[in-house]
Amino acid sequence: MDFISILSIFVLACFVGYYVVWSVTPALHTPLMSVTNAISSVIVVGALIAAAAGGHASSKWLGLVAVALASVNIFGGFAVTQRMLAMYRKKDR
Amino acid sequence: MHTDVIVAVPAWVLLAYLVSGVCFILALRGLSSPESSRRGNLTGMGGMTIAVVTTLATHEIASLPEIIGAMVFGGAAGLIIARKIQMTAMPQLVAAFHSLVGMAAVLVGAAAYLNPEAFGIAVRVTPIASPSFVSIFPQSRIEMGLGVAIGAITFSGSVIAFLKLNGNMSGKPILLPLRHVINLGTLVAILGLIAYFTQDQAPWVFFTIMGLSFAIGFLLIIPIGGADMPVVISMLNSYSGWAAAAMGFTLHNTAMVITGALVGSSGAILSYIMCRAMNRSFISVIAGGFGAIASAGGAEAIDRPYKRGSAEDAAFLMAQADQVIIVPGYGMAVAQAQHAVREMADLLKAKGVTVKYAIHPVAGRMPGHMNVLLAEANVPYDEVFELENINSEFAQTDVAYVIGANDVTNPAAKNDKSSPIYGMPVLDVEKARTCLFVKRSMGGVGYAGIDNELFYRDNTMMLLGDAKKMTEEIVKALG
Repeated sequence: MDFISILSIFVLACFVGYYVVWSVTPALHTPLMSVTNAISSVIVVGALIAAAAGGHASSKWLGLVAVALASVNIFGGFAVTQRMLAMYRKKDR
Repeated sequence: MHTDVIVAVPAWVLLAYLVSGVCFILALRGLSSPESSRRGNLTGMGGMTIAVVTTLATHEIASLPEIIGAMVFGGAAGLIIARKIQMTAMPQLVAAFHSLVGMAAVLVGAAAYLNPEAFGIAVRVTPIASPSFVSIFPQSRIEMGLGVAIGAITFSGSVIAFLKLNGNMSGKPILLPLRHVINLGTLVAILGLIAYFTQDQAPWVFFTIMGLSFAIGFLLIIPIGGADMPVVISMLNSYSGWAAAAMGFTLHNTAMVITGALVGSSGAILSYIMCRAMNRSFISVIAGGFGAIASAGGAEAIDRPYKRGSAEDAAFLMAQADQVIIVPGYGMAVAQAQHAVREMADLLKAKGVTVKYAIHPVAGRMPGHMNVLLAEANVPYDEVFELENINSEFAQTDVAYVIGANDVTNPAAKNDKSSPIYGMPVLDVEKARTCLFVKRSMGGVGYAGIDNELFYRDNTMMLLGDAKKMTEEIVKALG
């Protein structure tokens, strides 16, 4: 993919992010932070490529450490978000 | 430009990454209401699974056992932390998680620098009469340099934020002489080196960018005080997104670019909301030092008469009321008083009193901090109101119960032009017939270091003591 295509995706995604985040209710701002935290760990994709590649030992090890760190975030981030969201309840009527 | 050299990626892979990006958008969209939020979170997990599986399926895996080992190790640690963490400790947890994203970005950047061919961002050049070498595309060098720099800033900044929030480091601003000069100089040096990196891909350039970025992250956060943490933590959230986006550019990965843009704008919007709620500019928060200067001037207000009440007085007043509004702040989190507060509210409701909660956007140490604590204590979210939706109700309210919130209720923000918090939107608790103010002692003042006029008003009754104990005593007196 060329640079301009990626840049287009990036700019459009910024706008999507802008409008989507303004629609988040302030009561859920903490879960918003923890879930954005979890999804930004999609950087694990880069870590996996580094860890999977043969040929260069130090690059592979850096990748493996990055996979471990990102995994803490992926599992921890989604789990703690789920735990928080489960606590939000409406009034019993 | 050599960008067209990159190995063609199958169309289904691009589609898979696009789908995972869309899943992440839906995950955030779900947060527009608590009912849809749980499904949104599951969608997010689905998106992550798609991204990981796609990557594993399309690369030659030389070391699957090690990768699975790393994922199990990290994942187990994450799950244990997520299960054990106390809700009051969410700000530090989020800061710690941000630091991990930052570090992962730095490591991925370093791995890409050391083995660029694996990422398809380099060509092998064979000049005549000299050994061949791998040349990273200049454009990829910029993206890589930016990604590593932002990742490193996110990491060291979040570590400092974590230490401050966790109490390992004083929440007071630490002010170095000439800090603005040092910070700006370092930033300029980083940008200059990234530009130079396009000409010379020598290791010293790359690793100096990394080292300076670690340093600037540290320097940027140490002068920022405790109550400005909602802005800092949102800003670091934003940076972690931009780091992921920059890495996405380097690796030509749409899932990373989309996600990075979402997270980046999310953090930026939260920072903006927090700054607006404090009536301060982003620049002034980032410059730091708030609270350190103000406390010098606030020493004169001593020994003014105030009314002091007991738990029994408070219980009596609230039991007689038609409506009570509870105003929680960071002090409630510190004292872990949220469960006691909910018990008190339950007893009042049983006596026919209407109970509502009023939340200031910057109450606590991160956006939405108070809402999570109240939710943890089983307070229904439709009893919890944001500042702009409830502020007009204080005038028709019998009792405002302020627990651990100080600056966000200070009337000086409305009527004292010389006050450092002048202009900040505050909760009009003084308009309630009686304001019950729970506070440890008369000595300490709020984070801004200024006295609160509210304490000395005729309709204010000070309840001096630990927030949790005081509330529990009121519960006893009500029962």
